[in-house]
Amino acid sequence: MREISTDQIIDVVRRLCIEANQNLPSDIKACIKKCRESEDGEIAQDILDKIITNYEIAESENVPICQDTGMACVFMEIGQDVHITGQSLADAVNEGVRQGYAEGYLRKSVVKDPVRRGNTGDNTPAMLYTEIVDGDKIKITVGPKGFGSENMSAIRMFKPSAGIQGIKDFILETVENAGPNPCPPMVVGVGIGGTFDKAALLAKKALMRNVDIPNKDPYYAELESEMLEKINNLGIGPQGFGGKTTALAVMIETMPTHIAGMPCAININCHVTRHKTEVI
Amino acid sequence: MERKIQLPLTEELAKTLHAGDTVYLTGEIYTSRDAGHKRMCEALANGQDLPFDPKDATLYYVGPTPAKPGQIIGSAGPTTSGRMDAYAPTMMSVGARGMIGKGDRLPEVVDAMKKYSGVYFGAIGGAGALLAKCIKSSELIAYEDLGPEALRKLYVEEMPLVVIIDSEGKNLYEEGRKAYLAAKASQK
Repeated sequence: MREISTDQIIDVVRRLCIEANQNLPSDIKACIKKCRESEDGEIAQDILDKIITNYEIAESENVPICQDTGMACVFMEIGQDVHITGQSLADAVNEGVRQGYAEGYLRKSVVKDPVRRGNTGDNTPAMLYTEIVDGDKIKITVGPKGFGSENMSAIRMFKPSAGIQGIKDFILETVENAGPNPCPPMVVGVGIGGTFDKAALLAKKALMRNVDIPNKDPYYAELESEMLEKINNLGIGPQGFGGKTTALAVMIETMPTHIAGMPCAININCHVTRHKTEVI
Repeated sequence: MERKIQLPLTEELAKTLHAGDTVYLTGEIYTSRDAGHKRMCEALANGQDLPFDPKDATLYYVGPTPAKPGQIIGSAGPTTSGRMDAYAPTMMSVGARGMIGKGDRLPEVVDAMKKYSGVYFGAIGGAGALLAKCIKSSELIAYEDLGPEALRKLYVEEMPLVVIIDSEGKNLYEEGRKAYLAAKASQK
């Protein structure tokens, strides 16, 4: 049994919060550059150029890429041969978020009550998801999630008879509804299967995958590229001003479900699709 | 068309701006977002004055990150304007004319824009680090307790924006997409 102290976890979460908010992953950067090359509209090109300049400034000056430094979504894959020592895991993750958001001069965007509001002042609590896996390591991913895009997300409980066409229509309808609001070009995370809650989690996890890695199942890899093309044919374009690049990628994650249903969740993200991972 | 604009945004000036124009804005603007706008509209409903003079003012929907030591302001890109739709007609009725944000607006906001010669500018969503470069001063005016939603007066120089909806109600989101789709169809 390997021992990992919560002090280590705090330190990693703190660092990942800062780094994820300042440095765009290289796969997203490459994807934005590729889209810039293929754009032909003047406004669309200008916007993609400014988006590139923006993440370059953030990286070189160590400032947040976007002012919405998000809710801290923390995914942990915990090896079952790990014994966590120290305080409670949730407290440690929140402490890491608290320290990271203070030290990194990141925006505190969390309110204590969904209806009565009131900023918590330290961006806690984190949205923590833990999964027990084989091994003696802990893999920690921090994905700050902005709400301009989060607000445009949707979930629907389909009857199995809706089939793949139902899902395709739902994806397009959700992107169309989102329009310019989620700061396009967007990344579209799709979760299909499981239960109501699991489908939403799959959609969020899909956003943590590198955009240059398609779904392992060729059927869904094909669906990802088909939907990307269909979305980009909508003409919404960068920032909604018209153009080829409405989305950078469509990422689909699936899991088994019940004979009676076919849950489908769509989690929309902006071009600032941030995530950073470390293994301890 | 590309233009340099000096604030305040008078009615005459507003009427010369058209959807699709790229503008570089210089002058004083006022920041706030959800909770701040709610508070301002409540003040007006109670017959109180706003913490600033709204005549010909331009409002920036933003909740910046905290400034690092030596910085004027942190990252400061636009937030989704639609959340301020409930307050925008009231703000325009007391003189505010310009709005900077991103995303769709409701028909009632567009109606108010036509009535009061309002202009809705788009800043690039997500480009907070770049936009912060145009901000030359920042002063907290009111609602400090709201944190990122507080009311601030900023002085901006050549802030890069696009006119999304003009004072006649013409909308770049509709026109731009239509133009792209038409150009694409004609290539086939």
